[in-house]
Amino acid sequence: MPGDDRIAATGGRPPMVRMAGVSKAFDGRTVLDAVDFAVRAGEKVTLIGPSGSGKTTILRLAIGLTKPDAGLIEIDGRYLWHEIRAGQLVDAGERHARGVRRVVGMVFQQFNLFPHMTALQNVRDPTIQVLGLTRDEAESRAVELLTQVGLADHMAKRPAQLSGGQQQRVAIARALALRPKVMLFDEVTSALDPELVGEVLRVIRELAHATDMAMLLVTHEISFAEDIADRVLMFDAGRIVEDGPPAQVLKDPTHPRTRQFLRAIIER
Amino acid sequence: MSGFSWDWAYALSILPELLRGLMITVQATLLATAIALPLGLVLILIRVAGIPVVSRAVWFLIEFLRGTPFLIQLYFIFYVMPNYGVTLSPFTTGVIALGIYGAARAAELYRAGIEALPPGQWEACMVLGLPLPFVWRGVVMPQVVPVVTPMLGNLVIVMFKDSAVLSTITVLELVATAKDIGVMTFRYLEPLTLAGLLFWIVSYAAAHGVRHLEARHAGR
Repeated sequence: MPGDDRIAATGGRPPMVRMAGVSKAFDGRTVLDAVDFAVRAGEKVTLIGPSGSGKTTILRLAIGLTKPDAGLIEIDGRYLWHEIRAGQLVDAGERHARGVRRVVGMVFQQFNLFPHMTALQNVRDPTIQVLGLTRDEAESRAVELLTQVGLADHMAKRPAQLSGGQQQRVAIARALALRPKVMLFDEVTSALDPELVGEVLRVIRELAHATDMAMLLVTHEISFAEDIADRVLMFDAGRIVEDGPPAQVLKDPTHPRTRQFLRAIIER
Repeated sequence: MSGFSWDWAYALSILPELLRGLMITVQATLLATAIALPLGLVLILIRVAGIPVVSRAVWFLIEFLRGTPFLIQLYFIFYVMPNYGVTLSPFTTGVIALGIYGAARAAELYRAGIEALPPGQWEACMVLGLPLPFVWRGVVMPQVVPVVTPMLGNLVIVMFKDSAVLSTITVLELVATAKDIGVMTFRYLEPLTLAGLLFWIVSYAAAHGVRHLEARHAGR
C-alpha cells in the first residue's frame, strides 16, 4: 500500500512536532485533555473529528497562537514555551517562542491575506521582513511560488479581486515562501464555495507528494485525507481516540466514535 | 439707522476685519491639527504597547483630556503654566491646548480603527513572524488610516468650531473679532451673524470634503 511506504520513509526520523500531556481549557471548558502525539519530519498527518473536539486548538498550539495550560510542546527539537537552563526545564517567554515557531507555517480557514497588498506583495514582503531577502530575491521567489500554485496571471491583483480559492492559494504561497519545515492547514477549504475546493486541494496534494515538509491538516474532506495522509488522528472530546494509517482509521475504524463520525460525514 | 435692522453697508464694511479673524481661526485649527493627528497616534501606540506604568499613564491622560472641558485645559495652560516659568503668546498657547485636546480625541479614533481590524490580520502577522515595526507600518496602519480618515476629518471640523474658545484668552480669532467690533460700534447683529455664517460656510465645505473621502473609501 502506498501509504505504508511513506510511513517507512518517515520512520526513524526525529519528531518535528511533539506534544506531551498538553491540556487546554477555554473559559473552564476543557478543549484538550492531556494529549500526547508526535509528528515526524516529512510526515503528513490528518486530524479529523467533530467540531469542538480540539483539532484546531492543536494547530494553534503547534504554532504558538495559543499557550497550553499544561504539558510540553516541542518543535524541531526545541521546546516552544520552555528552555533548559542548568539542566532544569524552566518557563520561557514569548520572545523564545517566536524564535522556535519560525519553522512552522500556517494556512487559515479565512485566508487572512493582507487586503491592501497585491497577491505578489502578500507573498514577497514577509520574506523581505523575516528572511531578510533582497527585494529582487524576494520578488523572484514570490513569482515562482505564485506560478507554482497556478496564479501567474493574478499576481498584481488584490485579495478582493480574487476568488476564495485563489486567495487561499496565495495564502499557501505566502506560508511556503518562508521555507517552513512544518505546515499547518486549518480547515482550509471550509470557507470556500464547493466548486473552488478542488483547486486548493490539488495544490496541497502536490505539495504533500513533492515536498519533505511535515504537514498537519485539519479537514473534513475524507477522501483527500485518505489520499495524502501517512497517518490519521481521530479527535473526540479533547482526546485522540484513534491514531493509525488512513487505510485503517478511515476504512476499518476500531473506536465507536470514529465509526459514528465517519458515517455522519459520508451521509452528509 | 436702528440697531435692530440689518445694515448692509455696515456689514460690508466690517467683512475684511472678520475675514482676518477667520484667517486666525483657520491658522490655529490647522496648526493644532498638525499637533493632534501625529500626537494622537503616538499616544495610542504607547497605550496599546502595554508598557508597564507608561501605558496606564497615557490611558489616564487620554481619559482625563476627554473628560474635562476644553476651556479648563486652556485656562490651565494659559494661567497656571506661567507660574512654572512657561510663558507663551496667547496664540501659541491656544494652538498647543487645542492640539493636545484634539490629540486625545484623535487617539480614541485611532483606537477604534485599530480594534476594527479583523483578529485574523494579527494572527497572520504572528504566524508569519513579522517584526512588530512592520506589523504596524506595513499591515495595521495602511488598513486603519482609510477607515479613520473621515472620522479625523470630522474631528478637525469640531476643533475648528471649538477654537472659538481661544477668544477667552485674548486670541483675536473670528469670535473675538466679532465681539470687538460690537463693543466698538454698539452694533452686534451684523458682526455676530457674519461670524456665525463664516464658521458655517467653512464647516459645511469641510464636511462636504469629508463625505467625499468617506464615499471614496466605501467605493474601494
